[in-house]
Amino acid sequence: MKKKASINRAKKSATKKKPVKKSTAASSDVWNLRLYVAGQTPKSVTALTNLKKLCEEHLKGKYTLDVIDLLQKPQLAKGDQILAIPTLVRKLPVPIRKIIGDLSNMERVLVGLDLIASP
Amino acid sequence: MARKKRGMVFPGPGLKKTATGIQGLDEITGGGLPQGRPTLICGSAGCGKTLLAMEFLVRGSQQYNEPGVFVAFEENAEELTKNVASLGFDLADLARKKKLIVDYVYIERSEIQETGEYDLEGLFIRLDHAIRSIGAKRVVLDTIESLFSGLPNENILRAELRRLFRWLKDKGVTAIITAESGDGKLTRHGLEEYVADCVIMLDHRVTGQISTRRMRIVKYRGSVHGTNEYPFLIDESGVTVMPITSVNLDHPASTERISTGVPRLDIMLGGKGFYRGSSMLVSGTAGTGKTSIAFHLADATCRRGEKCLFLASEESKNQVIRNGRSIGIDLEKWVKKGLLRFHSSRPTFYGLEMHLVSVHKIVNEMSPKVVIFDPISNLTAIGSTAEIQNMLMRLLDFLKSRGTTSLCTSLTHGSGPIEMTEVWISSIMDTWLLLRDNEYGGERTRMMYILKSRGMAHSNQVREFIITNKGIDLVNVYVGAGTVYTGVARVVQELKEHAEAIARAQESERLKKELDRNRRIMEAKIMELRAEFDSKEEGLKNEILLREAKEKVVAVDRGIIAKARKAEVHK
Repeated sequence: MKKKASINRAKKSATKKKPVKKSTAASSDVWNLRLYVAGQTPKSVTALTNLKKLCEEHLKGKYTLDVIDLLQKPQLAKGDQILAIPTLVRKLPVPIRKIIGDLSNMERVLVGLDLIASP
Repeated sequence: MARKKRGMVFPGPGLKKTATGIQGLDEITGGGLPQGRPTLICGSAGCGKTLLAMEFLVRGSQQYNEPGVFVAFEENAEELTKNVASLGFDLADLARKKKLIVDYVYIERSEIQETGEYDLEGLFIRLDHAIRSIGAKRVVLDTIESLFSGLPNENILRAELRRLFRWLKDKGVTAIITAESGDGKLTRHGLEEYVADCVIMLDHRVTGQISTRRMRIVKYRGSVHGTNEYPFLIDESGVTVMPITSVNLDHPASTERISTGVPRLDIMLGGKGFYRGSSMLVSGTAGTGKTSIAFHLADATCRRGEKCLFLASEESKNQVIRNGRSIGIDLEKWVKKGLLRFHSSRPTFYGLEMHLVSVHKIVNEMSPKVVIFDPISNLTAIGSTAEIQNMLMRLLDFLKSRGTTSLCTSLTHGSGPIEMTEVWISSIMDTWLLLRDNEYGGERTRMMYILKSRGMAHSNQVREFIITNKGIDLVNVYVGAGTVYTGVARVVQELKEHAEAIARAQESERLKKELDRNRRIMEAKIMELRAEFDSKEEGLKNEILLREAKEKVVAVDRGIIAKARKAEVHK
């Protein structure tokens, strides 16, 4: 069941909490997420924690998560064109989305994953 | 160790350099790019940065056994492979041999969402992996400025770039970073702050409809370098930079003499021809036979088995060959044997520097012993006299330092004293042969004379020559009295003299006969007189005898009478 994306005209403010609206992502697809990290750096750990939190909150039960450590497997960086660490790649559903950073800005992450509409 | 190579001194230990393998670039940088450090190459769009960087890697892997990694931010591997195939670089083959890896880094800003702290470790990991997989010693990042348009946070990016260059130095790879020049600045995003060891700037200028590529070493820390702008060209064998050659005039002077191809001209030149490694200028008005002399020289050179390069700036190769045939010189067979090579291009095709560079290239490739420029006078179409003189000086210096003999033909305008017309160039020529037309008595005859020939005794006679279907030949020296005549006038004069000589001979013949006749007359007269005298003598002698006899008788008679008269004998 799809919902049309509605455009939220309310001004964005960092301190206000905004209602989360579901947008174009179809709820029946299985999400395929990949988190690229480079060893156990603080940023990577933060990203992983944030990601796990997000997945439990928004995608419970319909996602698969791979954590790829590029220090172990450097050749995989080429396939997904990874430059920044940490990078979260949403492989499914298409189109591919890349989110760089430790995912501490949850709103941006959600926008990036198309879980909410961009303001 | 400091080495001397053609006048350039390479620095001693302290700064190691990586040879690029690009023709000319190693000379102007004094050995190559700084080893283990990043070099910045900047320039506007289309200057040739990518090609230069790619050639650096390809030559490194082919000639110096240093594999390389090319990190491309703008084109992917297939596009790059196609683009450089025109330079003769086969990237696919090199990749197979594990000599060169192309890593395409793709950044699409719209795909990226920034959500917190990050760093560019992914790039480092990729680069590290690529370098390690083939043991690369050379790296190219082309163009790293794409990161600026791809990643949103400039602060993080700059910090990471600083870290990247330090990382490259630590790895010990010699890196080339390309960047596009901003207005008035070396690079748009100020990369020159990070890459401070060596900065090379490329330029692509159009003057008077002719475009020239130039490069300049803006800075090179720790090394002596040429600071001028050097022209370079990009063609099917890669990049060629033209360095300023031998500012000091210390080329060797040979004493060997080579023939010009016209035997009597060799005799005029001190008996043996002109010096190897010298420069000769053949000038004259239109149609005097300059190119024909050049043909003879080319033919003579090839006959000795030496290579000759013929740079024709007015005629095509086929036309030149045809013209040579008409005077009995077959240039085609030398072309087939590979001894003679033609390069025809109009001067307006490219600028003066480009001519210089392309001649450099061909000469370096082919190593000819003789180079012919036919003609040089039409270079005035693309430069002022001073510029042409400068370019020719550099060119001739270059040729002389290699011991290559050169012959330049030049068309003069014929107005004014002929010796004045080539004053802008005659000082750099060692031998100057002037060809002249002489109009007299309804025809033009050809004359040549040697105005100067450094280092040898040469004839000062103005000799007439003819161009037949067997080539150029000098007419015998006119040894008549008075002024020199040429052509039909000479023939007429010779006939006249011949007639005069015959007349003189006849006159003396006649006088001889006269003398003979007189002698005979005289002798006849003498005989006559003698005969007369003889007969008179006879007569007189008889008379005398008679009188003597009579006298005797008288004496006897007297004696008898005296006896008879009994006279005393008077004693």
